[in-house]
Amino acid sequence: MNPLQAIGRVFLKFLGTTGRLISFMTLGLSHIVRPPYYPRIILRQMIDIGYYSLPVVGLTAVFAGMVLALQSYTGFSRFSAEGAIANVVVLSITRELGPVLAGLMVAGRIGASLAAEIGTMRVTEQIDALTTLSTNPMKYLVTPRLIAGITMFPLLVLVADVIGVFGGYLVAVYKLGFNPANYLQNTWDFLTAEDVNSGLVKAAVFGFIVSLMGCYHGYNSKGGAQGVGTATTNAVVSASILILCSDYILTEMFFAK
Amino acid sequence: MADTPKIQLRDVAKSFGRKVVLNGIDLDVGVGESVVIIGGSGTGKSVMLKSILGLMTPDRGSIKVDGEEVIGMSTSERERVNHKFGMLFQGAALFDSLPVWENVSFGLLAEKRCDRKQAHEIAVQKLAQVGMNADVADLMPAELSGGMQKRVGLARAIAADPEIIFFDEPTTGLDPIMADVINDLIVKVTREVGATALSITHDMASARKIANRVAMLFEGKIIWQGPVEDIDHSGNAHVDQFIHGKADGPIQMAVRA
Repeated sequence: MNPLQAIGRVFLKFLGTTGRLISFMTLGLSHIVRPPYYPRIILRQMIDIGYYSLPVVGLTAVFAGMVLALQSYTGFSRFSAEGAIANVVVLSITRELGPVLAGLMVAGRIGASLAAEIGTMRVTEQIDALTTLSTNPMKYLVTPRLIAGITMFPLLVLVADVIGVFGGYLVAVYKLGFNPANYLQNTWDFLTAEDVNSGLVKAAVFGFIVSLMGCYHGYNSKGGAQGVGTATTNAVVSASILILCSDYILTEMFFAK
Repeated sequence: MADTPKIQLRDVAKSFGRKVVLNGIDLDVGVGESVVIIGGSGTGKSVMLKSILGLMTPDRGSIKVDGEEVIGMSTSERERVNHKFGMLFQGAALFDSLPVWENVSFGLLAEKRCDRKQAHEIAVQKLAQVGMNADVADLMPAELSGGMQKRVGLARAIAADPEIIFFDEPTTGLDPIMADVINDLIVKVTREVGATALSITHDMASARKIANRVAMLFEGKIIWQGPVEDIDHSGNAHVDQFIHGKADGPIQMAVRA
């Protein structure tokens, strides 16, 4: 095949997929403001995405904070700047590591689970059954998961921020011998509302991405078990890549001078 | 108008790429009639059914339900028409995250025709209609055998007292005795509800039991239709070969050496 023809084919396929994704996203979001609503399902999804992700997010955050304090100490001690560790930890956790690590971890947990659940419903005709029972599958399956993703991720990241800073505190105080009161004071003094807010906005965007990718790939899965497996992989990979891309764009928007 | 067919298909065609699946289907299903579409695997039976249900859009042609054109309807209009339908899927397509009773009364709850307590009571009544005990109501679908899942699917199909019930391969995957039990139930509940029935199957025992009229689909067209009593002397070589399950005849299966 002509190389130009191959490139053109890939490009057209990319445009087609992008168009379908945007159409799917618009439809899913439009149902947020159009009744009927399914509060019971939204609540169940909030518990699944938010509450059950707490252990994963908490463990990730505490170790990220601990490693960060340890690594910062190793580097900063060369310049006698150990006092800045509290600042580096809180800034890194709230602005970057909290949202990004929580996003990636939950992308693995929730993105895969949403794609597998909805994908299985697709291949076993459960989505067709919803339509025959006068229930819009987008409204019943996709919109509640988008709402839960957008609202629960910021709460998870808020928890990750607190636990991550606490991880840094543990290492700084109990291993590196920092004064606890001074460490906390430095943390508090250096923290601004903008740092936390930017992290929470990122979290809402990441939550949306993870839910959207899980639902999109699951909803459009084809074939049997293999199709569901492919959908699950695609959901996690695409959500992870989009999280990292959108993280750069959001950081540029918030902090670029 | 008493003469208006409950379902009317005219010149319905559907292709997937170069593969022509439906090639100009004409079919009328009268009020209270039970029509069974027979035909080999891959002849387009499921595509035809999905086109009527609005799960697929034909490339051309007209589909009318109670004289109302359904192709090109808006989503909300389609949902209104779907209120008339009940559907038993080939694999039952029960929602595996919901208990049996909620599966059965899903349509009623979705349309807010009753509260959850009443929905439970109706579900138990409908389960009794298909010969199941009340204690099944609180089980999850995964705890049921294939035959029991089919019965629950049948209870769900009749729960909202539909005007038209569709049966997609109702006896596939069942042993001969359970298949006969399901056939008897289909005849019984369709009469009790007073519904029109359109079924697709390649199980001739099932077709003979539940049909008033049989139509045979071959290469995307209805090649013969008539009362079920006439099927053994249809004068059509394709029908004869199919109903007797002979390898020799005008229908040639693609078999790899």
